[in-house]
Amino acid sequence: MIGSILREAWKSMGANKLRTFLTMLGMVIGVGAVILMLAIGQGAQYVVKQAIATMGSNLFIVLASFSTTSGVRTGTGQAPTLTVNDARALLELNTVAEVAPMQPGTKQIVYGAANWNTQVYGVTPGYFTVRDWTVIEGDPITETDVRNATRVAIVGQTVLDRLFGDEPAVGKTIRLENIPFTVAGVLDRKGQSFDGRDQDDTVLIPLTTAQRKVFGSQFPNSVRMIMVQAVSENAMAQAEEDITRLLRERRRTPEGQEPDFTVRNLSAVADVQAQTTKVMSILLGAVACVSLIVGGIGIMNIMLVSVTERTREIGIRMAIGARRRDILAQFLLEAIIVSVLGCVIGVALGVGCALLAMRVTGIYAEVTVWSVLLSFAVAAFIGVFFGFYPARKAAWLKPIEALRYQ
Amino acid sequence: MTEPPNGVVVGIEHLYKQYETAAGPVPVLKDVNLEIHRGEFVAIMGPSGSGKSTFMNILGCLDTPTRGRYVLDGHDTSALDSDDLARLRNRFIGFVFQGFNLLPRASLLENVALPLIYAGTPRRERSERARELLERVGLGRHVEHRPSQISGGQQQRVAIARALANRPSLLLADEPTGNLDTATSHEIMGLFTQLNAEAGITVVLVTHEHDVARFAKREVSFVDGVVTHDGHVREPESAT
Repeated sequence: MIGSILREAWKSMGANKLRTFLTMLGMVIGVGAVILMLAIGQGAQYVVKQAIATMGSNLFIVLASFSTTSGVRTGTGQAPTLTVNDARALLELNTVAEVAPMQPGTKQIVYGAANWNTQVYGVTPGYFTVRDWTVIEGDPITETDVRNATRVAIVGQTVLDRLFGDEPAVGKTIRLENIPFTVAGVLDRKGQSFDGRDQDDTVLIPLTTAQRKVFGSQFPNSVRMIMVQAVSENAMAQAEEDITRLLRERRRTPEGQEPDFTVRNLSAVADVQAQTTKVMSILLGAVACVSLIVGGIGIMNIMLVSVTERTREIGIRMAIGARRRDILAQFLLEAIIVSVLGCVIGVALGVGCALLAMRVTGIYAEVTVWSVLLSFAVAAFIGVFFGFYPARKAAWLKPIEALRYQ
Repeated sequence: MTEPPNGVVVGIEHLYKQYETAAGPVPVLKDVNLEIHRGEFVAIMGPSGSGKSTFMNILGCLDTPTRGRYVLDGHDTSALDSDDLARLRNRFIGFVFQGFNLLPRASLLENVALPLIYAGTPRRERSERARELLERVGLGRHVEHRPSQISGGQQQRVAIARALANRPSLLLADEPTGNLDTATSHEIMGLFTQLNAEAGITVVLVTHEHDVARFAKREVSFVDGVVTHDGHVREPESAT
């Protein structure tokens, strides 16, 4: 029975190919748009999530802000008011798991004939924990390195590519400000940060070496920033309070006065970013869904025309024994076939466009199985929803009236 | 199903039909009583507006009476819903229309097999039965043709084959020769006569042509919704 109904439906669709194609086109474009938009939204979310994951979790960054002693206000991170001792004190807090005092700067690095301008960070071993960053080759910076201000460097993947190419880097000597450093290790690849910087374009050296030999500060113990990792996500709020209170106490900053440091919650910044991408992808999907609904209305429109055109046929079928449900099934099935077939083509089109977008624009798009399944479910639903009214109209025709219809 | 008494295929008692219009109810059939036995060949005659088409529709379970009883082959039709009526049309009635009413996109074989689909007959059996019926009406060599590829007379033969698909108790023909020329009309009427005489199929024919009614054995005439004559086929006065 269902087999003969399917054949009938197929035949009547084939009888008016152009019309069937145009009806289907609405679904094709709708589903294609949904697939493509979801792929782009999903891709953007994936990129952000990935970047957040590489940042390290539950992070605060404490920056030295303007100096109040001199009359001139300097930019954030410029005043030499944060010290290694601050970092040590912060580590004593119950809500703090690890600290990483840092001294950053941009330097030219030379290896043989190759040279490269990169971010150089003076760090302590805590940095690797805080950033959740492993050294895949060689050794990380140790407490001994920091204590002795040794001239060792850990290079990121981008620096490795630029300076060494395929050569092994560990044990080689690079020059930083004309000071020779031995490459002690190579960092794992991290990719882009959530604000779009290349995190692998970096060289890590012991903090003390940076302070005394590379950046040459007049305040030998000062650091530009301290990264602080809270013990857990739930402890973030308490940790922020603790950090601020402790640093104020250490400076004896009076109540009501602005402190000479800033505490930023990096995870919160990342969350906002993630939220933004999510909202964007929902918006894209919603816009695409509108076109799917328009496609559905197209199907309904054509089905109504088809029912009117085939009134006589319906009458004949009823006269020779078709029940209402037989007629209903026939027209409903036609609508479902059109929408599901349109969906299949639409999925192919959407995936094709997503791949093309990736190649041409470099956007990362990700077609997920659930978005394809969702499209099929929505297409079938649209077929039933928009096909039901015309099919019901056909099934509820009176046999004699349908037969008399010219 | 048990054989109804006296082989009564159509039993109609005190049948009324009226249409509701804005100007009030318009009676079309008034107290019609009729009994048709198995193997009869009845012509229903009457001028247009006499109610014979309405009667035909009720006979074919396409329409329901306002009052009265209609028993089709032992089935009282008065209490049936649309699905039951569809089943009755499918199993007990074979329709032959003036305009042939074949499905234009389907082959002759598919057209004849259509009632079998709604009867739930398996595919293989459908196609065998349809082929056999087409052979019986002399179109065994055209099974894959479309209705538009054959003549009007041939199309009406296909329609007759389709009407016979489920071995109905009653073959209902509504002006079956109305769209055909005289020679073809006689051929088609010959086929009805043959089916009636040889296979014992009960035929009810609606026509306004005496020339066509002549083929039947019994004539029922309608005037203004009332049966005015029921008996042997009368030769029209003008024909002699």
